[in-house]
Amino acid sequence: MAFEGLSERLQSVMRKLRGKGKVTEADLKEAMREVRLALLEADVNFKVVKSFIDRVKERAIGQEVLKSLTPGQQVIKVVNEELTALMGGEQSKLVQSANPPTKIMMVGLQGAGKTTTSGKLVRYLQKQNRRALLVAADVYRPAAIRQLEILGADLNTPVFSLGDKEDPVVIAQRGVAKAKEENLDYVIIDTAGRLHVDQEMMDELKRIREQVEPDEILLVVDAMTGQDAVNVAETFHSELGLTGVVLTKLDGDTRGGAALSVKAVTQCPIKFVGLGEKTDALEPFYPDRMASRILGMGDVLTLIEKAQAAVDAEKAKELERKMRTLSFTFDDFLDQLQQVRKMGPLEDMLAMLPGAGQIKGLKNLQVDEKQLSRVEAIIRSMTPQEKENPEIINASRRKRIANGSGTTVQDVNRLLKQFNDMKKMMKQFSQMSKGGKRKKRGFRFPFMQ
Amino acid sequence: MSFFRKLKESVSKKTDSVTQKFMTGLKKTSTQFVGAISDLFAGRSKIDEDLYEELEEILIGADVGVTTTMELTERLRSEVKERKIKEPSELQPLLMELISEMLSDKQRESKLNLNEDGLTVILFVGVNGVGKTTTIGKLAHRFKSEGKKVVLAAGDTFRAGAIEQLETWGERVGVDVIKHQAGADPAAVIYDGIQAARARKADILLCDTAGRLQNKVNLMEELKKVYRVVKREVPDGPHEVLLVLDATTGQNALIQAKQFGEAVNVSGIVLTKLDGTAKGGIVIAINHELNLPVKLVGLGEKADDLQDFDADQFLHALFKEAMEEEMQAE
Ligand SMILES: Nc1nc2c(ncn2[C@@H]2O[C@H](COP(=O)(O)OP(=O)(O)OP(=O)(O)O)[C@@H](O)[C@H]2O)c(=O)[nH]1
Ligand SMILES: [Mg+2]
Repeated sequence: MAFEGLSERLQSVMRKLRGKGKVTEADLKEAMREVRLALLEADVNFKVVKSFIDRVKERAIGQEVLKSLTPGQQVIKVVNEELTALMGGEQSKLVQSANPPTKIMMVGLQGAGKTTTSGKLVRYLQKQNRRALLVAADVYRPAAIRQLEILGADLNTPVFSLGDKEDPVVIAQRGVAKAKEENLDYVIIDTAGRLHVDQEMMDELKRIREQVEPDEILLVVDAMTGQDAVNVAETFHSELGLTGVVLTKLDGDTRGGAALSVKAVTQCPIKFVGLGEKTDALEPFYPDRMASRILGMGDVLTLIEKAQAAVDAEKAKELERKMRTLSFTFDDFLDQLQQVRKMGPLEDMLAMLPGAGQIKGLKNLQVDEKQLSRVEAIIRSMTPQEKENPEIINASRRKRIANGSGTTVQDVNRLLKQFNDMKKMMKQFSQMSKGGKRKKRGFRFPFMQ
Repeated sequence: MSFFRKLKESVSKKTDSVTQKFMTGLKKTSTQFVGAISDLFAGRSKIDEDLYEELEEILIGADVGVTTTMELTERLRSEVKERKIKEPSELQPLLMELISEMLSDKQRESKLNLNEDGLTVILFVGVNGVGKTTTIGKLAHRFKSEGKKVVLAAGDTFRAGAIEQLETWGERVGVDVIKHQAGADPAAVIYDGIQAARARKADILLCDTAGRLQNKVNLMEELKKVYRVVKREVPDGPHEVLLVLDATTGQNALIQAKQFGEAVNVSGIVLTKLDGTAKGGIVIAINHELNLPVKLVGLGEKADDLQDFDADQFLHALFKEAMEEEMQAE
């Protein structure tokens, strides 16, 4: 995983502070330096980081935190509150016009993922029984129209196009008229990628906006964007007045600090995140989860939700309890394996676990489906006692299990180790969520108390 | 002779038009980056911690990356001590010198590796949307106008419209495109590309591949297979494996370079969209941390918006203002 050291470092700073009965100004300064580096390494814009740190420092000193009885905890509280505030509060939904079709205009730099996201939005709307028209207003990039047409065909959704010789403003206008005629709920205008500094191309967008009067203007931003994210977002926002942001390619291993930057300069809500190349890989955005990702804490909430969608609710509750109480056995493990395979690509799931990247065994477990069948065979060759208490599996038992499952003793050893690693991770996880009263959140930063 | 004069001299040996094009593309980079640094040094009366911290921010703001930035400011600190430098204004040339020292040795000979007596195979790899297909179109245009016979292989069989996009470039530039239908095995397309290029006695085969995120194990395996096919069919190939990076990318670019490097033995970087982002700092980080040379630079969407990367020119453009001030003073 990308910045493995990052969360570790941050946590150790927070741990140091937490233990202190007295926090000097120097302690605070050092802690803030670490927080600053952590955010910078995650690509949060340095100006955003700076004002964040200043705010935390000011509050920490201003509130006489340093002289309070539990100064360490007070500082941690301030950091956490400010970070959540910076990410934005509640989840923000797609606008729905009282006067359909709801008009959505997609804008952004080249290669950000506008066309793919347009297709994903159609899919998202379809799931709510809403019908949309896609409008091909990118007349510049070779085969951009073709790309949208293929997506539309896959999605069983009409695509409006006038070829690549017509003015995009006219295409947009007539596309919207067409959607109205057909009584569709939404119309999504896919515009060409352009540089924020390309005035001529920015003017084109302004003209489209004036003609069409969109209900949503969504800026599509690549989650891997670096420091320049602020300039891009600032310019698009001041030229067009954005209503929201979509963050794409978040299935990569970037920390995605651009999310913070974009939010900070536009104050626009991030409405969706893209998590893959398929049309169903679009999800609503949850600010708190993103904050935890930027700090390298994984995304346990999403994982649990996925589990809930795939597994029945009773089982999920039971699993959660087992994870918490660490009474997780090989039976559960087997059960989980089968459920997980229903949930989607295993690698995506694993990427959401906190610290998953650090656990070697787990990493190897990743995508090898054959390996999974082997694991199943091994577990099935265990006695009920062995499944409950893997500690009793000694050398001769290992040999028996290997023989019974048609695998080798090494395979058995590997699985036992993986199981142990997994338990260790759950222990970490359960310690994280302990000590907090806000149980329903289920997951907390390790530096929260 | 001062560092800047040396640099200037090496640059003026290069053709003026290339320099000009490069300079226009990098003008924003140059003004913003150098502007910020000159402001910083000019407004200070002493070298203190605040100054170092602000310098760090400027470098990080240019996407140089935390690690490289820290190393750079560490070196700066120790040089300042050693050379007993007191004036903030003296820091500026020193910093430029340190940055140029940081660039990889490989960067000095960053010409594309071409097979002079036979087929040259170049593989393009990278994450989604960085500019692989566009760069292939541009490079095909360049080779064609040098009188070489070029063939393109449509190895992106996954993304909707990817094959048609490459075909459009093929028509635009006037070169053949070898393709299968959507969803076909990319390794098979590349295999056919090699056979067709040989049969048509082509000089250059440019292989497109689908964009993929470096943490997708399956997709990286697919790419390795493409690489193996080229290796097997063309004994000394691929002659270049070019990783295309979007200049707007932040720290993740380093991970991309590392992961793709491990998977398919990347030989060089193409840095695209440098006409927009105004920051060239990522190049320093990639060079320094991964010892991978940048070979080409994308400066727009048109067929001729491609330049060889030249470290001296890059520095020249990056430090243009600083240089002019320095030489006026001399
Ligand atoms: N401004 C600018 N745009 C560029 C440059 N290079 C590519 N682009 C644009 O970036 C977008 C994506 O380029 P593609 O060539 O399709 O990228 P790709 O890597 O092949 O993308 P996938 O195949 O989807 O992974 C297109 O709109 C290009 O016109 C450049 O140097 N400058
Ligand atoms: Mg492509």
